[in-house]
Amino acid sequence: MAASEGTVADRRPWLLLTPALTAVTFLLVIPACFIVVYSFWLRTAAGAEQVGFYLDNWKDVLGDPFYRDILLQTLEIAAISTVVCALMGYVPAYFIAYANVRHKAVLLLLLMLPFWISYIIRTMSWINILGVSGAVNVALQWLGIIDEPIRMLYNQTTVILGLVHFLLPFMILNIYVSLDGIDRHLTDAAKSLGCTGWQAFREVTLPLSLPGLAAGCLLCFVLGAGTYITPMILGGPRDAMFANLVYEAIVTQLNWPLGSALSLVLLALLGGLVMVYTRYLGIDQIAKSFR
Amino acid sequence: MNPSWTAIRSVTVLVYLFMFAPVAVVMLLSFNSSQFGSFPMEGLSFRWFVELWHNDAIIRAFKISLMLAAMTSVISTTLGVMASLAMVRYDFPGKHMVSTALVAPILIPEVVLAVALLLFLKFLGVPKSFPLLLAGHVIFTLPFVVLVVQARLVGIRREYEEAALSLGANSLQTFFTVTLPLMLPAVLAGMLFSFTISFDDITGTLFWKPGGVETVPTQIFSMLRNSISPEINALGTVMVVVTVALPLGGVAIARRLAARMRAR
Repeated sequence: MAASEGTVADRRPWLLLTPALTAVTFLLVIPACFIVVYSFWLRTAAGAEQVGFYLDNWKDVLGDPFYRDILLQTLEIAAISTVVCALMGYVPAYFIAYANVRHKAVLLLLLMLPFWISYIIRTMSWINILGVSGAVNVALQWLGIIDEPIRMLYNQTTVILGLVHFLLPFMILNIYVSLDGIDRHLTDAAKSLGCTGWQAFREVTLPLSLPGLAAGCLLCFVLGAGTYITPMILGGPRDAMFANLVYEAIVTQLNWPLGSALSLVLLALLGGLVMVYTRYLGIDQIAKSFR
Repeated sequence: MNPSWTAIRSVTVLVYLFMFAPVAVVMLLSFNSSQFGSFPMEGLSFRWFVELWHNDAIIRAFKISLMLAAMTSVISTTLGVMASLAMVRYDFPGKHMVSTALVAPILIPEVVLAVALLLFLKFLGVPKSFPLLLAGHVIFTLPFVVLVVQARLVGIRREYEEAALSLGANSLQTFFTVTLPLMLPAVLAGMLFSFTISFDDITGTLFWKPGGVETVPTQIFSMLRNSISPEINALGTVMVVVTVALPLGGVAIARRLAARMRAR
């Protein structure tokens, strides 16, 4: 009796997990393996796929300077956006963590709003601000500072601006979670031992908040480097990022083998980064922001 | 109040302005009566909302988005709650790997997820279609549900269930009369979360949607290709209201439920 109860108890978590794991297996794991195979197929001039083992896509993707340049540009844009987010995000996160209870509740609630507001609306909202007839141009003309509207949109800077706007809440939330978990007695102790407020911050608070900062940076970089919508809305023709190539190959040209190879490059790069991160810092830090 | 704290507060206000001003401008311009979707504001009017209401393409997109988001949230929350129960309540071999597998869909870039799913299902003979969209949205929202629901489930004490069991309830009765009511806020949170993520998604949706079918975000995306019109701003305002009011209402309900439960 005891033995049979034991096996029932052992099977129960797996019964509960079956639907979710089935979904992950069939909608993610097998498809991911499938595109590895697909990337070695070939698209013929007629438009049909040729099954086999061809290295042509990989030679193109890894050898062609066109792809390499866009890859480097993607990493650059993602890195700049991440750094800007970290610089802009730390102070608000600190304020939220140490503000009084009422401010804190309001600021945290506001911080969640961007997650609920559609990414495309937040991105396109910049056209209303920076466009030829946007807020900035209209204001400057009204003040008589300029006669003709300035063209500010559709370049790399606006792509970065759009990304920062999209990613900043992730950064603030992650840093906040880390700061909020710091034992307040530690800074008091540091101060009672003779530290100034700034020294206490630099020696105690800042190092202890680094896991959150790192989690925020990882999220921002991975999300930023994997986007194709922002460059399509706020970038010019020369500001394509790597995911735009994937979109172009899959949706526009219907060259699926090439698109598979391109997505695998993106996966290797960003997935590799995530793996290195979880190896050293653990995934828990990111999961914490959901509490 | 010391000066550095004042500086920190000012920076915070500025950063929050940066986060919200552009969206506020969209909402403001959607009430602009001028025929261009831009400054200057000529007067307040609801004409763009009326125009939205008469735009068949947008109404169709709205219906599709709502249906997709509703179905996604039901399926994804069901799968997610079951998985979270297993993760929070049981210890079993391979738990760490399972937990990684459950969050895997957000660890890999959404574009890659989109391509892999699209090509694999095409290979199996599933064309770009509503079921493909649904499958994509479910797998993409599942990790968020698992993370949110797990975080809430951890806080539910087991003693209540043990008490019910020791008083003679069987495990099904215990689940429906004790566990489920206690879990309700977590379930609600999971549903709202997956609903809004699905409703807002564009990255995967552009890959999965069949030609001619638009969700609200892809509709906005294709309208943006022409030029920014006041109609887009109005649509943006409607979307913000839907995706912000809904969770806020949900949070309020969840709070009330939790409060009532504590009062018992």
